[in-house]
Amino acid sequence: MDERVTVLIQRGYVILCLGFIFCPILTLIAFSFNVDRFPSLPWKGFSLTWYSAVFEDPTILDAFRNTLIVGAGVAIVSTFLGFTAAYFDFRWNFPWKKLYLAIVVLPPTIPFLILGLALLLFLSRIGLGSSLTGVFVSHVVICTPFALAITRMRLAEMDKGLEEAAWNLGASEWRGVLEVILPFAAPAILASALVTMAVSFDEFMIAWFVSGLDQTLPVKILLLLQGQVSPRINAIGTIVFLISFTLVAIAQIVIFLTRRITE
Amino acid sequence: MKAAIIWGMPLLVWQCLFFVVPLGLLVAMTFWSVRNFRLSPDLTLRNWNHLLSESYFYVTYFRTLSYSVIASVVGSAFAFPCSYVLAYNVRPSTRRLVTFLLITPFFTSYLVRAYSWQIILSDNGLVNGLLSSLGMGRVPMLNTPIATMIGYLTLFFPLIILLQLVGLSAVDRDLIGAAHNLGAGPLRTIVKVVIPSAKVGLILAATFAFIFAFGDFVSPAQLGGGKAPTLSILIIDTVKSASNWPMASAIALTMIVTLMVVMFGALGAAYGTQRTDRHG
Repeated sequence: MDERVTVLIQRGYVILCLGFIFCPILTLIAFSFNVDRFPSLPWKGFSLTWYSAVFEDPTILDAFRNTLIVGAGVAIVSTFLGFTAAYFDFRWNFPWKKLYLAIVVLPPTIPFLILGLALLLFLSRIGLGSSLTGVFVSHVVICTPFALAITRMRLAEMDKGLEEAAWNLGASEWRGVLEVILPFAAPAILASALVTMAVSFDEFMIAWFVSGLDQTLPVKILLLLQGQVSPRINAIGTIVFLISFTLVAIAQIVIFLTRRITE
Repeated sequence: MKAAIIWGMPLLVWQCLFFVVPLGLLVAMTFWSVRNFRLSPDLTLRNWNHLLSESYFYVTYFRTLSYSVIASVVGSAFAFPCSYVLAYNVRPSTRRLVTFLLITPFFTSYLVRAYSWQIILSDNGLVNGLLSSLGMGRVPMLNTPIATMIGYLTLFFPLIILLQLVGLSAVDRDLIGAAHNLGAGPLRTIVKVVIPSAKVGLILAATFAFIFAFGDFVSPAQLGGGKAPTLSILIIDTVKSASNWPMASAIALTMIVTLMVVMFGALGAAYGTQRTDRHG
């Protein structure tokens, strides 16, 4: 076969795959601006009706606020816990390390449906069931492994001798962490905060079990989906998508730029 | 050593308290019973006897299993050419851009993306609109297993490509060159050299796809229409309509055990028997 045809087919296939991945996202955005009540062709014209409908619905705004509160809390706590564990893994070796890491990192591999069930059973027994606090606690469980992984990867790029040099120059353990480790890990910490917030922002299964009446936005979307089709879902979906896309995109750019500077 | 404990403990305590203990409670609950709509902590095998004697459970279990296996195999097969091209035949800058594009959707609302497929696949949706404007008949797609599969792929297709890409990047390029020099055609090189060397990445990708499909609730419910329930739908129904928490826990436990068997099997297949002869 002609070399150029081969290249063309290869490029075409990659673009086809990306098309499949982004097709639902683009469809959603397009139809959120469609006048017509029913999302079908032909396109009936541009309108912001569904967006204003979203911003006039107090239950959606409440859900949005709940999601932001939980997401901010999760970002802070997950990033902190992820950093402590990443530093721990970076600095010390011990016989049970594999078990430690397994327990700490495993949660995202268990179906969220099952985690949601288990967490509801447990949290309702300690008085945290059906509450935003419960959602926060649960989301920290599934988000922290992402923060741990991002921070640990960053620390792997660091020369261990740097911290030892600081100790030799008389810095205490805490000063070593504050003035050597933290500045080096800063971009990863920022990236962790953004990614964990994005994960919490989109998680609906555990939140559905645990949230009770204080619904978060994804839970609200899930409930809307089970009801009547409404173009408002397209509008909410677009907003939600833009927010998490922005969070993850900034996180990736931060990681990419710092790697480039270190190189 | 005190410092090590201070740094290591916070997350361990959190995950034990809010991950290990809840899962332990879930396991314990499979032996509890429901009396007059109230849970009572017993030690009975009644839930298990009931569940395992129900043919409906087996049908659902094997449906879920086969859906997930198919999704994992089909996803891997579709992803492989894409990963291959990205690994060997594009500029590094292009690879970085595509990697960026693949990571981002993974962290964006899957629920919303699945809903969007509803718009595309429904009887009055985009695809059928297009077909009928071309003068062809409508094809029912929503509420079929095909739609469920598309939903599954939406969930993990980018992840499969990324993991395969990691596996393919680990392949020694000299080996591929050597295979060419020895007269192996492109297909033969891929089957005999590339796939065995990239085994770990390929198996991990397929395993993650299986895990995600096996536990997913959205695709079979929203896109598949729930007519052919999977275990996740069965759990939700057991909780919602019957409030039978012990039974739901028992179904959940069969899922966890299945996933653990698959994970250990996959890890064994990926790392266990490293083949030394690459001539096959």
